[in-house]
Amino acid sequence: MDFEFSEEELDFRLEAEEFVKQELPADWDDIVCHWPGGYGTMPQFESEYSDFTRRFLRKLGERGWHSLSWPEEYGGKNSTMKQAIVNDVLSYYRAPTGGLAMSIIGPTIVQAGSEELKREFLPKIARGEAVFWLAYSEPNSGSDLASIKTTAVADGDEFVINGQKVWSTGAHTADYAWMLARTDPKAPNHRAATLIIVESDAPGVTIKPIVNICGVHSFNEVFFDDVRVPKKNVVGEINRGFYNLVLALQFERLIVPSGAFRRVLEEMVEYARNNVREGVLLAKDPIIRRKLAEMAVEVEVLYGYYWQTAWMLDNGRVPDMEASALKLTSSELGLTMANVAVDLLGPYGVLDKGSKWAPFRGRMAVGYLDAISGPIGAGTSEVQKNIIATRGLGMPRA
Amino acid sequence: MDFELTEEQRILQKSARNFLTKECPKSLVRELDQSPDGHSRELWGKMAGLGWQGLILPEEFGGSQWTFLDLTILFEEMGKGLCPGPYFSTVLLGALPVLQAGTEQQKTELLPLIAAGKTILTMALTEPEGGLAPSGIQTRAEVQGGDFVLNGTKLFVPDAHLADKILTVARTGEGGPEGEGLTVFLVDSGLDGLSVVPLKTIARDRQCEVTFENVRVPASAILGGENQGWPVIARTLEYASIGRAAEMVGQAEAAMEMALAYTKERTQFGQPIGVFQAMQHYMADMWLGVHGARNLVYKTAWKASQGWPVGQEAAMAKAKAGLVCRKATTVSHRIFGAIGFTMEHDLHLYHRRVLCGDMAFGSSEVQLEKVAQGLGL
Repeated sequence: MDFEFSEEELDFRLEAEEFVKQELPADWDDIVCHWPGGYGTMPQFESEYSDFTRRFLRKLGERGWHSLSWPEEYGGKNSTMKQAIVNDVLSYYRAPTGGLAMSIIGPTIVQAGSEELKREFLPKIARGEAVFWLAYSEPNSGSDLASIKTTAVADGDEFVINGQKVWSTGAHTADYAWMLARTDPKAPNHRAATLIIVESDAPGVTIKPIVNICGVHSFNEVFFDDVRVPKKNVVGEINRGFYNLVLALQFERLIVPSGAFRRVLEEMVEYARNNVREGVLLAKDPIIRRKLAEMAVEVEVLYGYYWQTAWMLDNGRVPDMEASALKLTSSELGLTMANVAVDLLGPYGVLDKGSKWAPFRGRMAVGYLDAISGPIGAGTSEVQKNIIATRGLGMPRA
Repeated sequence: MDFELTEEQRILQKSARNFLTKECPKSLVRELDQSPDGHSRELWGKMAGLGWQGLILPEEFGGSQWTFLDLTILFEEMGKGLCPGPYFSTVLLGALPVLQAGTEQQKTELLPLIAAGKTILTMALTEPEGGLAPSGIQTRAEVQGGDFVLNGTKLFVPDAHLADKILTVARTGEGGPEGEGLTVFLVDSGLDGLSVVPLKTIARDRQCEVTFENVRVPASAILGGENQGWPVIARTLEYASIGRAAEMVGQAEAAMEMALAYTKERTQFGQPIGVFQAMQHYMADMWLGVHGARNLVYKTAWKASQGWPVGQEAAMAKAKAGLVCRKATTVSHRIFGAIGFTMEHDLHLYHRRVLCGDMAFGSSEVQLEKVAQGLGL
């Protein structure tokens, strides 16, 4: 057992820090409003500064920092650990990250895609030039993803897609949809779907914005009316989409803004040390001391899972339970931390972004709202627990 | 970075598990729970035969020179196996402080005996007011000729009734913010004026009241220097916290394993109760908590093995372990229902010990306050 980073890894972290400090605008903290663990305020989905995000992602791509975990033959460095380090640094500064494309689509295509698909998409993703959105959920298919109804019907060397997706985070700023569609009307759910890549601006695609409770347009409803997609865009085998999806979902669980948690903790400690309520320095209030200490412990627990999953992936282990544990810890910590934060701020905790007197430019108040999304998106906490219990601990299913 | 045990560590872990499964069955645990001193000399001797008492002691003193991380693996297994006896006291509260702060003579006299299983040690720290802070130490050690005379009362001294020597922290000078004025003495337990009264605890571990009435010790009994006792104690508390946390993790893991098996075999409403989501979420939450604590414990133990300061990490590990392991045995009880609420069932054996583990060397509450201080609050 060894919990130390290598010299190379430490140097790499410094390099990443320098890059971020150089590339982010000086007023970035005034602009960005991201809460760790939430899905409603992620910087890469904000259309307000999507031009900057695109440029930033391309710069990361120039350094190969979207594909560090990929095998060398696809331009990667075979190091999930290095990718985890970069992501940790990026998230500390609340910088946009390559997110889905780099963490989910890339690795899934590496494992399941045809050579042609790899040639077409991997370089683009690696350069930070391909932004994806996840076309999974439908109005009647959330946790029960296998029950989706969007169809992809074969017609020559194309599929024709009809249906509707919802909770489509970032569809309005993306290039491609990574879609799960039903290709066999008769087979049981788990053998009836296919993963397919659909151009976001293909004819027949209609994107309707949905504003989340933070007041941010983060997700959408997306309608597909006779949208034609070349068959070569299928990922893996037809009707085996669900099995590849499970892989993609596992990768999704690794997307955790570890650094952002660390950052918020620091901000809360700093706030407590510098603010007084009813004549008492917040830092001396035993209840606040306890809550912040608990948060500090949980951030360490999070990092434990974060580095453990990265190490496991680099060493041929399958982090089935650990990935769920990581996502679960992240989502729940985001929610708990939001509550600790607003308690810490007291009445100031309700002041919104843009309000006079709002501490942290209202980020914690908005965060209180965004934190609701953590335990719901990317696999609810309840589903993660089900996975740990049934797939991990072998408990019987109903 | 490496999250797995080495081959040797795996062998240590496996052999410890096999040894305890064979030599420390529940029947022995229960027998020793009720016996006058809770100690099996036979088991103790067998452990010495395996080199356990001397595991982290240098080879020159008869030890095997393994690391603190390796010792942590052993503590986790002892937690799983409910291993009774004065191992923890002797090694973490006795041998380790002597190794770290003793003179060559003290080390040469004591450590080989410890490694051979011939000497039992413990540490007397807490006083009736119950705290772990240096300011709470009222036991006095007054100079008389070339000796020191000790007067005072210590509580919660583990295995004092078995110990040959009791490392006792007493006040020899004026207190201060850094724990000044305290000295650790290696006190022979048989001395005049020293009396030991075992306290009955629900964990059946043997914590004792030790009273000192004009107990005379020579100056050579000082461990670590006059008025320089607090650093010795502080470091002991850190290492003891890590060790106790590892034991609690082991205890919780064993309880969870029992509960998991039960969810698969117990049927109600025509199905194994493991199909019910409440049961699945209980198990998932337990696994999540305990596994998270385990990561912290091992990371801290590794740091300690490197000789790095571990104050903040030890506090975090102990706090987390206390909280989640108490929850784990409690939730395991929920899963077992009424049958688990019987003396005959084994679950309470773990439930009791985890509580005592949490309370020892500073409960989660105390540890979280330490963490808060470490954050600069």
